[in-house]
Parts: sequence; C-alpha cells; structure tokens
Amino acid sequence: MAGKIITISSGKGGVGKTTATANIGLGLAMLGVRVICIDADIGLRNLDVMLGLENRIVYDIVNYVEGRCRFRQALVRDKRFPELFMLPAAQTRAKDAVTIEQMINVANEAAQMVDYVLIDSPAGIEHGFRCASAPAEMVLVVTNPEIASVRDADRVIGLLEAEGGSPTRLIINRIKPELVQRKEMLAPEDVVDMLSVDLIGLIPEDPEILAAGNRGQPVVLNNGSSAGQAFLDIARRLQGEDIPFAPLKSQSFFRRLFGSR
Amino acid sequence: MALTLKGTQQGILLCPLSESWEEVLQALENALRDAETFFRGSRIILDMGSRELTKENLLALRAVLDRYDIELWAVLSENEATVHTTRAYGLRTRLPGEAASKEASPSAVAEANALVVQRTLRSGQSLKYPGHIVLIGDVNPGAEVIAGGHIIVWGKMRGLAHAGALGDEQAIICALELAPAQLRIAGHIGRPPESRRRKPLPEIARVIENNIVVEPWATRG
Repeated sequence: MAGKIITISSGKGGVGKTTATANIGLGLAMLGVRVICIDADIGLRNLDVMLGLENRIVYDIVNYVEGRCRFRQALVRDKRFPELFMLPAAQTRAKDAVTIEQMINVANEAAQMVDYVLIDSPAGIEHGFRCASAPAEMVLVVTNPEIASVRDADRVIGLLEAEGGSPTRLIINRIKPELVQRKEMLAPEDVVDMLSVDLIGLIPEDPEILAAGNRGQPVVLNNGSSAGQAFLDIARRLQGEDIPFAPLKSQSFFRRLFGSR
Repeated sequence: MALTLKGTQQGILLCPLSESWEEVLQALENALRDAETFFRGSRIILDMGSRELTKENLLALRAVLDRYDIELWAVLSENEATVHTTRAYGLRTRLPGEAASKEASPSAVAEANALVVQRTLRSGQSLKYPGHIVLIGDVNPGAEVIAGGHIIVWGKMRGLAHAGALGDEQAIICALELAPAQLRIAGHIGRPPESRRRKPLPEIARVIENNIVVEPWATRG
C-alpha cells in the first residue's frame, strides 16, 4: 500500500513550516515508520539544514526530475534514524524548475517506498505552493497566534478548499502561554474558532527550537523539550493515536503552583 | 437617478428613468464600474415601458454591456416599434413563465431573490449576487460579500459587506456577530469604532439620514 502524502503549508513565511516538517518527520521515524521529507522550496533550501543533513546532499529533486539521477540516488538517509529520508530541493535553481505534474509524480514515487511523504511547502500562494499541495492527501496548515499569520492561513485553507481538496489540519506554533493569559496573544481557541479547522498540534514557544535548528538536531530529539513533545504528539496523532491536547501552562503558573523560583 | 437596477430570478431588470438615453448609459456605466465584477456573466432584462428604443439606442447599450461581459437578454416593451426593433436583433420580448412584475416598487430590493449559501467565506474569497444574500456561516477577515439587496449572515461577519450594491439605500446588513472590517450600503461606507464591545450580539446595519447606523437586534415588545 502506498504511503500517505501530507503537505505542510502556511501562506505566510517564517511561521515554522520547515521546523514542523523536520520535527514531525523525525517524530514519525522515532515511532518506527518510514518517512520521506520532500523540500519543495526550490531555490531556498532549508530542510536539510534543520535536519542536519546538508553535507550529505549529492543530487536533488530537480536533478531527478530532469533525469540526471535515479530516485533513490537523490534521497538522503538520516544519520540517526534509518527510517527517515530527505529529498532535497535544488538551491541553485528557480522556483518553477519543477512542474505540478512532476511534483505529483515525485510524491507518488516516494509514497511507493515509505509510509509517509511529508512535503515542505514554500511560503506564498503561487506556483510553489500549488505544486507542493497538488499531491497532498492531507495538508497541515501552520500558523502563529497572531492576526497576520491567521489571515494568511485562512487564505490558504480557502484556496485548498476551492481546489476541491484534501482535508486540512491546523498546527498553532509559537504559543506563549503567559502572553495568552495576559490577553496579549490570541488564545488557541480564538484561532481555531476563526479558522474552523480541526487542530492537530499546539506547539509552545521554545527557545530550544532555534538552537536545535541551527545545530541540525530538531527539538523532537530532546526529551525535555515541551515543543519537542508537542511535535511528537502530532506524529502520534497522524498515526491514529488519540492524544489529548496538553494544557499549555506558563512557567509563572508552575512557579505559583510549586512556590519555587 | 437615471435608472434602476433590480436583481430578479431571470436576470437584472433595468428600468431607464431618464429621458436622455445618454444619461441612462452613463449611469449604467457608473453602476457597472462601481460594482466591478459583480455583474460579470449575468444578463440584463431591459424594461422600456411605453417609450421607444431605437436601433442606435440598442446598439449603444450593447456596446456598454459587452465591455462588462453582460448579455442583453430581453427587452420588455409596450411600444410596437421597439418590439419590432428588438425582435430584429433576436432578443426576447417576453420572459418565459410568469410575466416580470413591472410596477416600480418603492425599494428595488423588496422583491429580489435570495441566494442561500452555507459555508465559511475565507480570506480572499468573494460572494456576489444581484439579489439578497443569506450566508449560513462566517465571513472571515479579508473576505467580501456583495449583494444587490440585503445581506444576512447567520454567523460572524468579520470581512467586508456591501449591501444594496446597485444603489439601493433600503438595503440592510445583519449578522449574529457584526464585527466587520467595513460595511457599505449603496454609496455609504462605514467602519466599526476602534474599540470593540465585550460581548458579541446580533446587530443590524442600515442607512439612516445618509449614515450607516448599527443597532443591536432587540426583540421589541
């Protein structure tokens, strides 16, 4: 049976698509299922850096599409989990180097090999986004709890619906519970209410994410990280496990509870 | 006003009021331009009453409509010569089924048909209809609803709403939660106050003395 093709999208840039792709991909691999992560952001390759696989790239998606290598040759196997592969984007090529048909073929070919194909979509709503979402059976829309990114997520969900498409699930990234408590940040309920899409992940803001991305060691590998745990929960939910959403607590809340400093 | 436009089930009913055909065409052009793509692909039923429509009038009207991708579908007339001219161009002179009501109604929206839609209107999406629009669902920020008649939203109205887009000031906008980016009724534009109230409640917006006034929907009694 072919694997499930899932695209990670957002509309707005910088909300954490690539971070989510890397962490969910690794999370699934940690659960023992086979995954291929495809970087569809041609010309602005990032996923390889997040996964710490940059120096292992030989071929990329454009090379494969142009027939310069075989599919397996273009894949980079993860150094930690043999279940995880990455198909890198081309860094030196233009955005439109891969057509929609080619992307669908690539995704289907990948799905023959593994249980999950995760496609990291570029920002925007143009060709790159259409390419990345065309093969998807499900789209995970990443948003931050702020108005501009919620608006863009809404636009993306609308476009996907108009394409007649695949179901969407929502990931709210970078939640700061203490700001939500002070009503300075949109609460997750407000975001869900506005977008009326089923939630699949609530990721708290975690300074560890930045450092982890720079090191090429996504936070999901870090046992103590609350964001890492939240990403692993998404992987489990994709696998069909019924995992309740952990209430997000601010540190000050814990401090009050336990009286420590 | 040089003309009235009214959304009906069969098409948009155009009744010229001005004696000057040039004025009628100018007013039509203005209405079409203001409503942008609102009319695109629709068809016009021209109600001439007893006045005469010459071949030149007809061709000039068609030239305007063509530019907006609108079809001249039928010409209703009690004038022998007009009926003759119209038939020569292969246009209908009668509407199929029941005859269109011709008496000028005080409000063009009063008899319009309604489009009922059940969905969420998301950012970048647009819903346009020459008659009334009833939307069961939310209008998210960045989305727009434009109706020739009333707009009724059974949900949250957070985008842009333009009721009476054909120029009818009797049109109203109401929603379970009226928190729009902007409200327009006919040629009037209103923005909500900067500070929003605490509790959402059903409200109705209408034009009173050239201003858009928003009032809570209170049961009277």
